[in-house]
Amino acid sequence: MLHTLAKFWDGDLAWSWRHHPVAMIATCMLLTMLIASFGAGWLAPYNPFDLASIELLDALKPPVWSAEGTRQYLLGTDSQGRDLLSALMYGTRVSLLIGLAAVVGAMTLGIVLGLIAGYAGGQLDALIMRVADVQLSFPAILIALLIDGVARAVVPGDMHEVIAFPVLVGAIALAGWPQYARTVRGSTLVEKNREYVQAARVIGISSPVIMFRHVLPNVLGPVLVLATVHLATAIITEATLSYLGVGVPPTSPSLGTLIRIGNDFLFSGEWWITIFPGAALVLLVLSVNLLGDWLRDALNPRLN
Amino acid sequence: MFVFILRRLIQAVGVMLAVALLAFILFQYVGDPVTIMLGQDATPAERDLLRTQLGLNEPVFVQFYHFIVNAVQGDFGLSLRQGQKVSVLIREKLPATLELSVAAALIALVVGLPLGVYTALRRNGRLSQALLAFSLLGVSLPTFLIGILLILVFSVYLGWLPSYGRGDTIRIGWWSTGLLTASGWQHLVLPAVTLSLFQVALVLRLVRSEMLEVLRTDYIKFARARGLTRRAIHFGHALKNTLVPVITIMGLQLGGIIAFAIVTETVFQWPGMGLLFIQAVQFADIPVMAAYLCLISFIFVLINLSVDLLYFAVDPRLRVGLGKSGGSH
Repeated sequence: MLHTLAKFWDGDLAWSWRHHPVAMIATCMLLTMLIASFGAGWLAPYNPFDLASIELLDALKPPVWSAEGTRQYLLGTDSQGRDLLSALMYGTRVSLLIGLAAVVGAMTLGIVLGLIAGYAGGQLDALIMRVADVQLSFPAILIALLIDGVARAVVPGDMHEVIAFPVLVGAIALAGWPQYARTVRGSTLVEKNREYVQAARVIGISSPVIMFRHVLPNVLGPVLVLATVHLATAIITEATLSYLGVGVPPTSPSLGTLIRIGNDFLFSGEWWITIFPGAALVLLVLSVNLLGDWLRDALNPRLN
Repeated sequence: MFVFILRRLIQAVGVMLAVALLAFILFQYVGDPVTIMLGQDATPAERDLLRTQLGLNEPVFVQFYHFIVNAVQGDFGLSLRQGQKVSVLIREKLPATLELSVAAALIALVVGLPLGVYTALRRNGRLSQALLAFSLLGVSLPTFLIGILLILVFSVYLGWLPSYGRGDTIRIGWWSTGLLTASGWQHLVLPAVTLSLFQVALVLRLVRSEMLEVLRTDYIKFARARGLTRRAIHFGHALKNTLVPVITIMGLQLGGIIAFAIVTETVFQWPGMGLLFIQAVQFADIPVMAAYLCLISFIFVLINLSVDLLYFAVDPRLRVGLGKSGGSH
């Protein structure tokens, strides 16, 4: 274990990371947010969903550094007296979980379809890539919004809170698969004619096994880069849908839902309820984007 | 040439048919229209009568045919929530969205293009670096957050600009415009800037990278060697050749602007199609959703088609390549 770690630390990727201050800062920011959000259960000063601990008298307290702020609530409270810092930590967790799940979903779908299209070729290839082309000509947010809207129309109103999470994940995943499929198909077309694939075919290995055991590991590099960039887009898409009121319900708010809630208080001067979740969202997306940029350059030295 | 246009047309019709099928399925099978229109207490006889009147007893493809005929004529039935004709609702909201989108596209072009050229020509200047950093931020910031920040600064703190609605409008025929009143212009500023910021960043980065690419080519070196003025080289030769991809992307982005108008309209309560659509999604108002789906797909297909054709007309290389390979593009 220690040996592998040491080897990794001496490897090309780690070397590039150590010589790239922006990537290091982005990693630190992302790690902090990961720890704070996934450890929210232990680290958060309050449990914002525990109704017993909420004091309505403490509602709309500004952050600690302004005149009326208290030490009790570092970033202030919202209209129901919930501690904003705690809500932020839990909200970041929701945003991250939905984003990650959507990326995994889109990646799986895209890889499978891309591999099939590239390896099988012919009519199946033409069909899959035509669908991908058409879908790519629409913005992902619109597709996600439509899928989300259809799901809401199909399911009766009292079930919306239950289905909100799977529907969001499904909508964002279905909106994101074409890019993976395109990338995987492109690399598969190249790999398909390599000698190792021909050798595997000659000794009689079945096509699915060749596709997933032999070709897949060799086309994964660009997919990982795509996945980091997609994670940032997925988080933004989720936040946008939640802000529009068709995403995560207020009972378990994500960052987007928190911003939506805070929007109502913008004009009465309670800016912190909107601005802190907004800042958290920007930091999250920015650090993921910066890491993605670095990873792209590090994995593909030819680009420089 | 003819084959190319025909292929594109067939593809466009195919996409529209697929979208129409989707809208039809939504329209016809999500929620029972008979129950929605008559309520739970109707007798079976009443139900059957309405079912026949609506044509629900006919074969599916006949129903689909009727749906398409109606859709082409702009008839999508009644909105479930507002009880008005969907076509009337959309026609009322269409001008607001189009004015907002066109304003945003113009801002993107007028601001993004010169900044892109500037950052390419002074690639190591301080201002260029700052502009590039700003454009990275513009791409990472979600649209709705930009809108909220602008409202906070310009409406809440400074009180310079309104943050809500469209202001006074004047009707010209069925088109209601906000462009003829002062309050209409004031109301337009923040939403249009919000909607355009992402596009400005995009155009800036695109023009910059295309321009850098072109400046490296031989014919630019040759023009320099001939002793042409910098002005003639940069604007007569380099910029002209970067414009083809820029026009393409901008054309395609127009559809994106209309789609992102949904978000901007929600932030600023701008009474356009996007707001109408979001409310339809929240209340599961299927006729409005189906109509919006068809309309926006039509706009997208139309834009894609015209960009393809325009590209074809502008870039002679495409024509030559097609002629040789027999239109297999």
